[in-house]
Amino acid sequence: MALTAKEVEDLALKARLKITDAEKEFFAEQLSSILKYVDKLDELDTSEVEPLIYILPVSNRFRADEIRSSASRDEILANGPLVEDFHFKVPKII
Amino acid sequence: MDVQYETVVGLEVHAELKTASKIFCGCSTAFGAEPNTQVCPVCAGFPGMLPVLNEKVVELAIRTGLALNAEIAEHCKFDRKNYFYPDLPKAYQISQFDAPICKKGYLDIEIDGEKKRIGITRAHMEEDAGKLIHQGDITTTPFSLVDLNRSGVPLLEIVSEPDMRSGAEARAYMEKLRAILLFAGVSDCKMQEGSLRCDANVSVRPIGQKELGVRTEIKNLNSFRALERAVDYEAKRQIEALEDGEEIIQETMTWDEESGVTRSMRSKEEADDYRYFPDPDLPPLFISQEWIDRIRASMPELPDQAQQRLMDEYGLPEYDASIITLSPDTLAFFDECLQVYPDAKTLSNWMMGEMARLLNQNNIEIQEVRVRPEGLVSMLKMIDEGKISGKIAKKVFEEMFMTGKDPEQIVEEKGLIQISDPEVLQAMIAEIIASNPKVVDDYRSGKDKAFGFFVGQVMKKTRGKANPAIVNQLLKEHLDREG
Amino acid sequence: MELYELTVHELQKLLARKESSAQEITRSIFSRIHATDEKIASFVTLTEEKAYEKASQIDKMGNYQNLAGIPYALKDLFCTRDIRTTCCSRMLEDFVPPYDSYAGRRLEEAGGILVGKLNMDEFAMGSSTEHSAFFTTRNPWDLQRVPGGSSGGSAAAVAAEQVPFSLGTDTGGSIRQPAAFCGVVGLKPTYGRVSRWGVVSYSSSLDQVGTLTRDVMDAAIILNHISGYDPMDSTSVNTAVPDYTQFLDGEVRGMKIAFPREYFQAGVDEDVRAAVKNALQLYESLGAELEEVSLPCSEYALPTYYLIAPAEASANLARFDGVRYGLRDMEAENVVEMFSQSRARGFGDEVKRRLLLGTYALSSGYYEEYYLKALKVRQLIKQDFERIFADYDLIICPTTTRTAFKIDEEIDDPLTLYMNDILTVPVNMAGLPGMSIPCGFADGLPIGMQIIGRAFDEASMLKAAFAFEQQTEFHRAKPHLEVK
Repeated sequence: MALTAKEVEDLALKARLKITDAEKEFFAEQLSSILKYVDKLDELDTSEVEPLIYILPVSNRFRADEIRSSASRDEILANGPLVEDFHFKVPKII
Repeated sequence: MDVQYETVVGLEVHAELKTASKIFCGCSTAFGAEPNTQVCPVCAGFPGMLPVLNEKVVELAIRTGLALNAEIAEHCKFDRKNYFYPDLPKAYQISQFDAPICKKGYLDIEIDGEKKRIGITRAHMEEDAGKLIHQGDITTTPFSLVDLNRSGVPLLEIVSEPDMRSGAEARAYMEKLRAILLFAGVSDCKMQEGSLRCDANVSVRPIGQKELGVRTEIKNLNSFRALERAVDYEAKRQIEALEDGEEIIQETMTWDEESGVTRSMRSKEEADDYRYFPDPDLPPLFISQEWIDRIRASMPELPDQAQQRLMDEYGLPEYDASIITLSPDTLAFFDECLQVYPDAKTLSNWMMGEMARLLNQNNIEIQEVRVRPEGLVSMLKMIDEGKISGKIAKKVFEEMFMTGKDPEQIVEEKGLIQISDPEVLQAMIAEIIASNPKVVDDYRSGKDKAFGFFVGQVMKKTRGKANPAIVNQLLKEHLDREG
Repeated sequence: MELYELTVHELQKLLARKESSAQEITRSIFSRIHATDEKIASFVTLTEEKAYEKASQIDKMGNYQNLAGIPYALKDLFCTRDIRTTCCSRMLEDFVPPYDSYAGRRLEEAGGILVGKLNMDEFAMGSSTEHSAFFTTRNPWDLQRVPGGSSGGSAAAVAAEQVPFSLGTDTGGSIRQPAAFCGVVGLKPTYGRVSRWGVVSYSSSLDQVGTLTRDVMDAAIILNHISGYDPMDSTSVNTAVPDYTQFLDGEVRGMKIAFPREYFQAGVDEDVRAAVKNALQLYESLGAELEEVSLPCSEYALPTYYLIAPAEASANLARFDGVRYGLRDMEAENVVEMFSQSRARGFGDEVKRRLLLGTYALSSGYYEEYYLKALKVRQLIKQDFERIFADYDLIICPTTTRTAFKIDEEIDDPLTLYMNDILTVPVNMAGLPGMSIPCGFADGLPIGMQIIGRAFDEASMLKAAFAFEQQTEFHRAKPHLEVK
């Protein structure tokens, strides 16, 4: 499976990565060669195989519905690149 | 040729599950805290933090499933729903995609006196996002502020089949769903606080056509009234568009409550692709029959059962019973009254009439009112004993509602005791008749209105306290005798 | 003999006899780091002040149990409270977490002394540390060569005697491959054995915390301290943790060891093959039963890995959006631009490559062809191993196909670089424990032997590794570092 620069552009938008036109070409080429390698999996017939979703034979891991004190607000906001009035501030949405 | 259209509505309802702590961490879910004070590194999506599932969330989801007659999955899992948004800390929402906890349920609504069954496709557990605070409108705000208190609050998303055919049906479904969630004790269902939210999928199609039309999704309908109006408006808009030869575009709309119209939200530059995949941080769930049975055994009475009980045991009309059972608190109030005042119909008249009117007018819930069941009952007894009239009772009730005082005290303080003493009334009536000879003539010449005039005069003189039955009787005797 | 040359168990003995102190050891360690790190470049952050403070506390208490007074360092994706944790990415250059990782906390509580944070490939994506956003760590055996990766700083620091032990993480070989390249012992426990809490996730279903040490005894000691159930990690397993040191008796008689033919075939350098075959002969001479077996699906593990790991990473790294922490492009005019520009500036090319690849594998229309297919092949790989482990106690094979390569030799071609993990990735796919121990040299560069055990049977693996170590001197060899 070969990827075009346009497909890489769409992927980059989904992944929220701004990339230049040169990078589109560059990644298209590299990803295509990786995907070509990955196509090796087509050699295996997996039509009867159950996907392995969980590696451990573990289920129902719960915690009790108990309140644990939250972090201090200062701690939560300390790494914020832009903080105003005890909130994280972001530029306009649209 | 005129094509007749029908409206098709399906609802996606998000109900906040009633837990003390969030779904994947120990932060409190309490409403109304200072911004970003109920947040920890887990629900703020910090690097290296891992989710641990709150068992109560699963329990409440199972309970809801049972209340909605749904199948509870033996095996289910959590998936990541990927999208970027400033209020979504991990940039994925932990949700359930292809293996929800509940499937294939239903609930019954009553519409124009007919029972109608609405299918419930699925219900699944997920975490809520945070909140964005804009300056004014999202489209014009120069920046937004992020508050993560809500991030990680447990939600159950309940998706209906497209079985509703009008705004009224959508509203009835939503009201019934709310009642069930409240009775089952799984959610507070406070629409103003966002603990019950609703998106409506609306389409129209020519009657008789099997395929569904193109649908639009109206987001965030935060009251029953908004839901009903928005659905009806949107259906009308779509029909008019089709009649004008336009095509309906699948899009997301908002409801403008003030202008009463739906508006298209600006279309995104990309199509949604949530890239769901199983969350490797959370082992799957196995729900044993034993667990389900245990929850089933602890299920409280649900609205349909309560309605049937009121009809069977107290002979309440179906309509009244369905209204009384819209909220467990109303039913509890009603049941408590019934213990000492078995006239169910009179009670329901008061509950559906004055009580409902005042609750609405003051925008409060029945569990918050100051009137207690024993107060209402003593007031009704005063009517029965002829101490106050029905009309005065309404005033007394309003006073009880506002102040929480006993009816006896109110009647006493305001001197509202009904005047039933024939001697007092006789004298008054004689005086009125004597000073209005013209009206007496009118009465005698057969004008019925004239009688009403005299009743009014007596009431005016007694400030409404005269016992109307006795006044009527005495007046009749007087006027007929002298004629 | 200098204090920095000693292993954990040697230091423990010294401290127990009060023949040294935590402060003395810490001084020795920092003088060694200052003398060597200009060349090796293992550390991205040193925590000298805090380390001396803790050492002095420990000496005051005078109780040298557990790891009291033993210095160590952490790969820089273990979150450390109030200490910068970068994942060697521009994205997190200034990130200071308000919490510790579970494994790090266990070491702290045992009295260990954190001396610093170690270099790695950005977000653990790479096999050489060349993908660190800051600098490349050098292989102590040959400064022109890479130390391996992604836990390259962790392996190089132990090999260069900058610390007696360190922690790393292993998603596809990120502990074992650098251990092999640097001639140290690298142990990746069973998935679920050690909590991932507070360790920045790359691929949640594959990541596992493990140790880099100078010998097998130390690996057992440290594993004792970091293993166990953590209610904060839903994938940590609640099974008993034995005292791993009790299995180190030098015995392998009667042990059934399988060597899979696919792991010795084309692509594996002759020197490497010969060294591991020699080791197998040694095991046979010690009374182990050896047999060649086949793991036919292993050759599919690498392509499977390059779907599953990037897919999970595409979600795990989505949180780096410039809102709550990390790099933010302040010029952006709206949130979409802010996300895209912050991430473009914060991430290096290898991370971007994997995020794009993972996004692709999960995209609608490709999910079944790629991601779901990979999960199915993963099942086959796991079944392959289960079949072997029904009859054998251990699997032994080379850790890598070759010894450490030169800096810049492979960085331009991602696929060649990915091939580094071809012998280690199957173990992660099956969630099994694996370790690499030194078993020879080729042209002065260490060769690693990989020992793979049954799930939660780290004990057998350590036992066999220890027996080999008792019979050989490879682990005692030291790189010749010219020190200023």
